[in-house]
Amino acid sequence: MTLVVEAGLDDRLKRTHPLLTLLRRPEVGALVAAVGIFTFFSLFTQAFLTPAGVSTWLYSASLFGIMAVAVALLMIGGEFDLSAGAMTGTTGLIVGVVTTQWGLNLWLALGLALAVALSIGAANAYIVMKTGLPSFIVTLATFFILQGCNLAVTKLVTGSVAIQGMGVVPGFDQAKLFFGSAFPLLGMEVKVSIVWWIALTALATWVLLRTRPGNWVFAVGGEVTSARQIGVPVFRVKLGLFMTTAGAGWLVGMLQLFDVSTVQATTGVGQEFIYIICAVVGGCLLTGGYGSAIGAALGALIYGMTLQGIVFAQWDNNWLKAFLGGMLLLAVLVNLLVRRQTGARA
Amino acid sequence: MTPEPIQPLPTEPGPIQPLPTRPKPILAVRDIGKSYGAVRALQGVSASVGAGEVLCVLGDNGAGKSTFIKILAGAHPHSEGTLLAFGTERRFTHPREALDLGIATVYQDLAVVGLMPVWRNFFLAAERTRGRGPLRRLDVAGMRATTKRELARMGIDLRDVDQPIGTLSGGERQSVAIARAVYFGAKVVILDEPTSALGVKQAGVVLSYIARARDRGLGVVFITHNPHHAYPVGDRFLLLQRGRSLGDFAKSEITIDEMTALMAGGPELEALAHELERR
Repeated sequence: MTLVVEAGLDDRLKRTHPLLTLLRRPEVGALVAAVGIFTFFSLFTQAFLTPAGVSTWLYSASLFGIMAVAVALLMIGGEFDLSAGAMTGTTGLIVGVVTTQWGLNLWLALGLALAVALSIGAANAYIVMKTGLPSFIVTLATFFILQGCNLAVTKLVTGSVAIQGMGVVPGFDQAKLFFGSAFPLLGMEVKVSIVWWIALTALATWVLLRTRPGNWVFAVGGEVTSARQIGVPVFRVKLGLFMTTAGAGWLVGMLQLFDVSTVQATTGVGQEFIYIICAVVGGCLLTGGYGSAIGAALGALIYGMTLQGIVFAQWDNNWLKAFLGGMLLLAVLVNLLVRRQTGARA
Repeated sequence: MTPEPIQPLPTEPGPIQPLPTRPKPILAVRDIGKSYGAVRALQGVSASVGAGEVLCVLGDNGAGKSTFIKILAGAHPHSEGTLLAFGTERRFTHPREALDLGIATVYQDLAVVGLMPVWRNFFLAAERTRGRGPLRRLDVAGMRATTKRELARMGIDLRDVDQPIGTLSGGERQSVAIARAVYFGAKVVILDEPTSALGVKQAGVVLSYIARARDRGLGVVFITHNPHHAYPVGDRFLLLQRGRSLGDFAKSEITIDEMTALMAGGPELEALAHELERR
């Protein structure tokens, strides 16, 4: 009897194996789309493939990419963070306010902003895990709180809705080396944020696929009860994920602050969904337990290329939103197929 | 099925006689009971399982099977009687305590993550690593090879341990869970209704893995409500009804018909008889 069943299993495997192997890579769809969009804009616009053009869309993609990778990890772990966008504003504003208004040392200010970001991330995790409420709701609340505070506190302290005078803060030029510098490469002006983006994508991929905590991220997102029953430290994993996302928000906040030497109180608002879309386009399941960091980085690349490509093509900027929606729908449909193929009997 | 390796010689028919010809019990309970407040879920139950033996626990819904497992697995401490594990009296208050002694429980819901590959499930929360410091990484090749080998030892031949475990059938998933418990040092495996959600064929697959685990010298506690699943693999049979023991029988002391008759009858039994005919 055993033999019969096993023979049946092997037959089935032989038949679907190549398809499954291909579909098992979550980033395949995003890679195909990225190549397609790259080819399209390279052929149909003048500026897209010039060194200046490439550095523009790479920079744009890098800021979204860093967040998308962190958000993808969180989503694989089965949670959302809607406060991730506002966090990039909050951290920039903290550094701006305490240095320009109160004369705090810049490096201390950087540390303070990071500590605040990590605490907010930890608070998100703590509330989600202790109450069992969906992270969608909890971080939606955090998002509104941050958005409100960003505006109200900035106005209260500076009397305006933007921070000016960052450039004259002592130490600004040294810090700019890490967050706002650029170096020439193949005729391009490569901003340092692109290095951060690639490094973090590589690191996240390594952690996800080759470390124990990475294995646990998939487990807590895929089947939290089973993971807990078998001994995965669920709370610690989710705490780490929320704090990672908040930490990424801090990094992007700094990258923006030191790039343009100013920060608006509305920075980052509305971008939280773009991070999620990049992650989903990159193959993350909305239900958790499946996805990839490289895929999310590719999702951000698609977004960055399209954002700038539409400008280069001199189209109406509003097409971007329509395109984004179309990509999202397509990605979700592909993901559904994946789910059917791999998890139908789960 | 392999022939029964152990045939205890009964001196007299009837329940609970420690028999000298049996292997030394590695897990035994005597007059064990459990009350939840005023409700006595289980009382006066005695049974034991030795290395290389299969103890089947049979009973209808509400007979006290779940309470019985929970005591053995360490989920709920017993309130009466004694529990002996490897000759020492114990009272488990946490599943970890039982697990540390080598008593592993495979629950019906299996504790697997459907979207993850088989090998990642096999080693989940007990991953093997290589290297040190920042280079400390999963020993992917080693874990893949071990998973394949351990599953093969249980008679599960997977072409690809990288396939998501959700693509396996229910019986195969159950068998992977058993193989995992065995690999991580279980001396006794407690199986909570492993065949009840399965079709006839798949149930047969799981039964053959139970026999294999037994042949490898493990004690197996097999909880089921189906005598036709229990009888082929069981060495001893504990029958429960409404929280009390109807007896602990060696295989030679009871026939399958007597067993079914002892359990509550009704249309369910006819369905089971039907299932037996089909097999």
